[in-house]
Amino acid sequence: MTAVAELMDYDEVLERFDPVLGLEVHVELNTNTKMFCGCANVFGGEPNTNVCPTCLGMPGALPVVNGTAVESAIRIGLALNCEIAQWCRFARKNYFYPDMPKNFQTSQYDEPIAFNGHLDVLLDDGEVFRVDIERAHMEEDTGKSLHVGGATGRIHGAEHSLLDYNRAGVPLIEIVTKPLVGTGARAPEVARAYVSALRDLLRALGVSDVRMDQGSLRCDANVSLMPKGTEVFGTRTETKNVNSLRSVERAVRYEMTRHAAVLAGGGTIRQETRHFDESTGSTSSGRAKETAEDYRYFPEPDLVPIAPAREWVEQLAATLPELPWQRRQRIQAEWNLTDLELRDLVNADALDIVAATVDAGAPPAEARSWWVSYLSQKANATGTELTALPITPAQVAKVIALVAEGSLTNKLAREVVDGVLAGEGEPEQVVEQRGLKVVSDDSALLAAIDEALAAQPDVAEKIRGGKVAAAGAIVGAVMKATKGQADAKRVRELIISRCES
Amino acid sequence: MPSISRDEVAHLARLARLAVTEDELDLFAGQLDVILQSVARVGEVASQDVPPTSHAVPLTNVFREDVVRPGLTQQQALSGAPAAEDGRFRVPRILGEEQ
Repeated sequence: MTAVAELMDYDEVLERFDPVLGLEVHVELNTNTKMFCGCANVFGGEPNTNVCPTCLGMPGALPVVNGTAVESAIRIGLALNCEIAQWCRFARKNYFYPDMPKNFQTSQYDEPIAFNGHLDVLLDDGEVFRVDIERAHMEEDTGKSLHVGGATGRIHGAEHSLLDYNRAGVPLIEIVTKPLVGTGARAPEVARAYVSALRDLLRALGVSDVRMDQGSLRCDANVSLMPKGTEVFGTRTETKNVNSLRSVERAVRYEMTRHAAVLAGGGTIRQETRHFDESTGSTSSGRAKETAEDYRYFPEPDLVPIAPAREWVEQLAATLPELPWQRRQRIQAEWNLTDLELRDLVNADALDIVAATVDAGAPPAEARSWWVSYLSQKANATGTELTALPITPAQVAKVIALVAEGSLTNKLAREVVDGVLAGEGEPEQVVEQRGLKVVSDDSALLAAIDEALAAQPDVAEKIRGGKVAAAGAIVGAVMKATKGQADAKRVRELIISRCES
Repeated sequence: MPSISRDEVAHLARLARLAVTEDELDLFAGQLDVILQSVARVGEVASQDVPPTSHAVPLTNVFREDVVRPGLTQQQALSGAPAAEDGRFRVPRILGEEQ
């Protein structure tokens, strides 16, 4: 193990240096089959059961390109405002590692299918940062290694390794940004916001599961620093496989503070890959980065070039769905939201679930209020994601409808929601089982009112004398008597008419 | 004229995991030099309007339908492996770093 790295205070880093970021995102496509063979593309499964001679790299086996994967690559390129290549080839990237049985990865080198695009990224305060996209290219995923005999499952200290090639050959799109300069203090936030925006985009396109926890979306973060006032990029490090949005932010921030301490101490940064440790939020040294020459790329002789006809590209452009930012603008207009209200919804990751609640028949304002306030509190209290709460948009819409028709008061509605969250069934069942229906029978209410008035004759006198505000005490008593199941407004009306008669 | 040094040959041999002897380094450097010079001669003839050829057949866009085809069973997949364990290929300790 290496010694704990020296870190510079973040504010001091920003006084002395400007960060430069470069983000590489790998996304696994959700095609039925792999990139170059007909094996099923599924997550998990018994090891080495979705394999064939092609993805096992057996001599004589020949690859054939998955047309749907090419379509997805072009659609991703178009959604990222990229140009689509008129003609491009696959290339062999040569290196030896057991997770790649062919001893080369079929990738693209100097002829990516999509290039020169951009993605506008919404930051927490509403500012938009444009991330320029260098390229998006097609390649294949590797197998999965299991290191046996080491203390932590890591490669160090392992006695041998076990390989599962179910993932080998799964279609992968690598999306690479241009160097991002001018982010300053917001570099970590920009990195997270970019990956988040890209994830939303890919999800809207329906081309990937985009599950960072399962590795179908992975981010490598390149970070370098240049002293203030200079414009020559420093040496970068590449932190690999940072597997959550929060980790992206932490990894960038950590590397900035580590680089700064090394550079300020007169040292130099080694160009290398680094491993991010989720538990400590720190990175550790990996291998020295090969140069591109060392991969000895050359055009893949077993696959013919791809030359997407312009008509095909136009057809695919017409299949692009409403993109996340267009959808946000539409929803803002339809629901009549301020910028701040919209941003709160997006930041709470509640937009989709509120929209689903609206689709289930609830008015936008009520749907938003339930998810952003009461249910968000519940989610925070239990430490779960809002979307992971055991209540569906349809159930929330049902509760809202019951309030609207007068069957529930807001207070009772919260109890119904608590019941649904506790696994007591559908809202109607909870109402039934907990006996939460509003007492709407006037005669029952009048009986309770008469009782309350009789119990507090002085208050009754005041109301009769015209001091209507005094009715509050009676309302309170009636609500207590009906265990909160009466509509307070109706009770008030009845009290006043009772005292006037 | 292009030329390839002994050191470059040694570097390439290492990347290709080839055990090359000291004598072979000199031999291969000379042979590779001949190949490079021959290719350079061809390059002199090729003008800008002749695109580099990587494929001899004039085909593009050969695609496959995205339909699952049966592959190998686990037993078949592992049948040629020198060692297997828990349904996986077993390989010796990996030296160096995670890729």
